[in-house]
Amino acid sequence: MTAGRRLLVDPIACDGRGLCAEILPELITLDDWGFPIIRDGDVPGQLTAEAREAVRVCPKLALRLERPPKASPRP
Amino acid sequence: MRHTTDSRQRHAGPAADQLPRLLPADSGTGPAGLGEHLARYGPLRSAGLSRPQREALIDEVDRSGLAGRGGAGFPAARKLAAVAAGHNPVVVANGTEGEPASCKDKVLLARSPQLVLDGAVLAAEIVGASQAVIVVHHSVREIVDAAAAERTQAGADRVRIRVMTAADRFVAGEASAVVHWIGDGVPTPTRKPPRISERGLGGRPTLVHNVETLAHLALIARYGAPWFRAVGTPAEPGSMLVTILGAVNEPCVCEIAIGTSVQETLSLAGGASAPLQALLLGGYYGSWVDLAAAQALPFSSEGLAVLGAGAGAGLIAALPQDACGLAETARVVRYLADESARQCGPCLFGLDAIAGELQRLAEGSTSDLSLLRRWLGQVDGRGACSHPDGAVGLVRSALDVFKPELGQHAQGWCRATRMANVLPVPPRRQP
Repeated sequence: MTAGRRLLVDPIACDGRGLCAEILPELITLDDWGFPIIRDGDVPGQLTAEAREAVRVCPKLALRLERPPKASPRP
Repeated sequence: MRHTTDSRQRHAGPAADQLPRLLPADSGTGPAGLGEHLARYGPLRSAGLSRPQREALIDEVDRSGLAGRGGAGFPAARKLAAVAAGHNPVVVANGTEGEPASCKDKVLLARSPQLVLDGAVLAAEIVGASQAVIVVHHSVREIVDAAAAERTQAGADRVRIRVMTAADRFVAGEASAVVHWIGDGVPTPTRKPPRISERGLGGRPTLVHNVETLAHLALIARYGAPWFRAVGTPAEPGSMLVTILGAVNEPCVCEIAIGTSVQETLSLAGGASAPLQALLLGGYYGSWVDLAAAQALPFSSEGLAVLGAGAGAGLIAALPQDACGLAETARVVRYLADESARQCGPCLFGLDAIAGELQRLAEGSTSDLSLLRRWLGQVDGRGACSHPDGAVGLVRSALDVFKPELGQHAQGWCRATRMANVLPVPPRRQP
């Protein structure tokens, strides 16, 4: 079951290598400096395999596939 | 609140509607010693609270509506409860105040150090911590050391107080950066998760409260939630410290009831020293507002929301009509970009690019906003802390409030006749 999962990037770990955006252009674009911008919302079921692959190939281990956090208003 | 009943009988405390609550009422400059402090506020029984008493205190703080005074305004009781639920927690009083324009935490620590220490010790007792670390700006370190020593000598606390000098950087005051600084000597924010309330200093649940928040906490424990709520607004009760600077007659830190009008608040600093055009509200993560639009509004996050502004960390900077808001903002944003912790790409490269483009606009060497707007959109919300978001908000408000100046600059002229800077920015360090 992967429904309701989201891609999250750890901006401190991320080095802007850009592999994730090559593998999953549907959900990940790069900003003007080469760092990934993740589209809001859950990963659609048909892209789960690509999302897993993007997480796997990140050389900085900066990308995660997670269930959305429990509703919390913490800043 | 049973544990304070007896102390309330002995000491009714200051009248609830009387300000200042936190700072000494006289205009002296020295810190209030322990004796003077106890004479004014009465004793605070914090040691040896039973579990129901600690829970009752969290409830009392919840009823008081106390929100964090460091800028984010998170409910204080929720933080207390989250950390109290953890094992072997630690408390941090955050007096870093890395923002160069803000002085309210330094003034509070310089004049009422015992009230802050009361709050830190009390917070530690409430969450079950044996240690409170007080992190303060270097300018007040000696005063806080002396205040802590006075308590030790009096045998006042069961909680161990440790005083530390804060790192002198803008982002060093962010809660995870404070924890990183105490633990590893590195003043940069860390990744979330984990939240520091779950895993912070040395892996322990960590409560980080701004020093002013803790001072209010010490008063709520003494006099109760209704006393606290006697001033302020229903949504934002209590008083708050504000730093008023810029083109005012007497730049100062003073204490206002939240919701006091912007105009009345400015009058506490002796009023404007020159005709004003705009105000920067909240801090360097705050917003510019047009003076005429803001004057009659209550100084509260709720009251300022119509202008897209908030009370933030209580800064009010008055911009005179003969200064250039674009140039002021460009200078501050360059400073913020330089102060990036250089950990997150969008902050490191994006803020630098934004600062450069804003400088070009301020110089009149470009009039095209499209690149700046594109970058503001790309950088917003993309750091491990809110540093990029804060800078982006400041720039957006400047583009809105100083729109007429953008047109003038594009045509090669500027309304400003003064060369002196209004907003303080430290000398640039070599990266």
